[in-house]
Amino acid sequence: MTGLRRPVLALAAVFVASLAVAQGGARRSGYQDMGPAVQKMQDDDTANPAMLFVQLGAAAWSEKAGAAGKSCADCHGEVAASMKGVAARYPAVPPGADRPVDLGGRINLCRTTQQQAPAFAAENDTLLGLTGLVALQSRGQPIAPPDDPRLAALRSAGAELYKSRQGQLNLSCANCHDDNAGQKLAGATIPQGHPTGYPIYRLEWQALGSLKRRLRNCVVGMRAEPWRSDGVEYLALEAYLMERARGMAMDAPGVRP
Amino acid sequence: MANVLVNAPKTAKKGDVVEIKALIMHPMETGFRAGPNGRLIPRNIIEEFVATWNGREIFRMKLSPAIAANPFVSFRAVATESGTIAFGWKGDEGFTAEHKVAITVT
Repeated sequence: MTGLRRPVLALAAVFVASLAVAQGGARRSGYQDMGPAVQKMQDDDTANPAMLFVQLGAAAWSEKAGAAGKSCADCHGEVAASMKGVAARYPAVPPGADRPVDLGGRINLCRTTQQQAPAFAAENDTLLGLTGLVALQSRGQPIAPPDDPRLAALRSAGAELYKSRQGQLNLSCANCHDDNAGQKLAGATIPQGHPTGYPIYRLEWQALGSLKRRLRNCVVGMRAEPWRSDGVEYLALEAYLMERARGMAMDAPGVRP
Repeated sequence: MANVLVNAPKTAKKGDVVEIKALIMHPMETGFRAGPNGRLIPRNIIEEFVATWNGREIFRMKLSPAIAANPFVSFRAVATESGTIAFGWKGDEGFTAEHKVAITVT
């Protein structure tokens, strides 16, 4: 093969790949885009550090809390049975609530209304652990956002945010995760940005973190001013990203570089 | 209570080389980072990890501040006799953790 042909072929491959993304085909999870060492770490539940947090969550699942003196297990029973597929549906509007929440928000709702305990702070280890425990029960299940008209406005707001340029670098999410997915940003492969593995143990964080934390990282990376930590923008993006990843298999709790 | 995940085979043949993996939740605070108030966060790391097989030491490791949080250790040992593999972690601020698993060697 000549020296010229190879880059041309590679360029053609990149073009085809980006076209496929634009058309909504050939979706790849972040898991597929990372190196074999990190994949191996995620696949082995005794090497995946996210499972340490899941253990914390499992302990919290059966621990009585709050003024009501109830544990998660008192209402929901075995987590493996009751929480199967739940994480694949969120963000959603829970029964009795009037607005959408993400999975962490759902757990906090249970905590404040059912257990009558103070809500967990954002990125609290136990909250992440419980989220991870619930997400684990959806492993391998397809992402299935509910067909709820109350989510439509949120999703379209998310889609709009996803396409909007922002920050000093004047980038949108789509500029990287649609137009340049699979290419390199410094040494790292740009993933397509499908939220299949959340909460993730990010090696850079040395901790488990939520999709909100990951989104905040990206916003800061674009040198934009991050939204308020309880801002509806994060929820809108989460709802849009889940819709965008509809049908993809969950692989939570993931390990990401 | 320390949060530990250990992966060791429950059974092995005599003379087999078995792989043992141990993961523990720990911040491994380096002592070089400043907190929100600008002051250094005091060092808080695991200093030593020891594994024993029926009381006989099979693996020892000194840990340093450069090791990331939630350290994962994997090592191999020759299966000699049935019994208990015990793991011990010791560190700053009086941190200690222990974990035991049983193994049957045939």
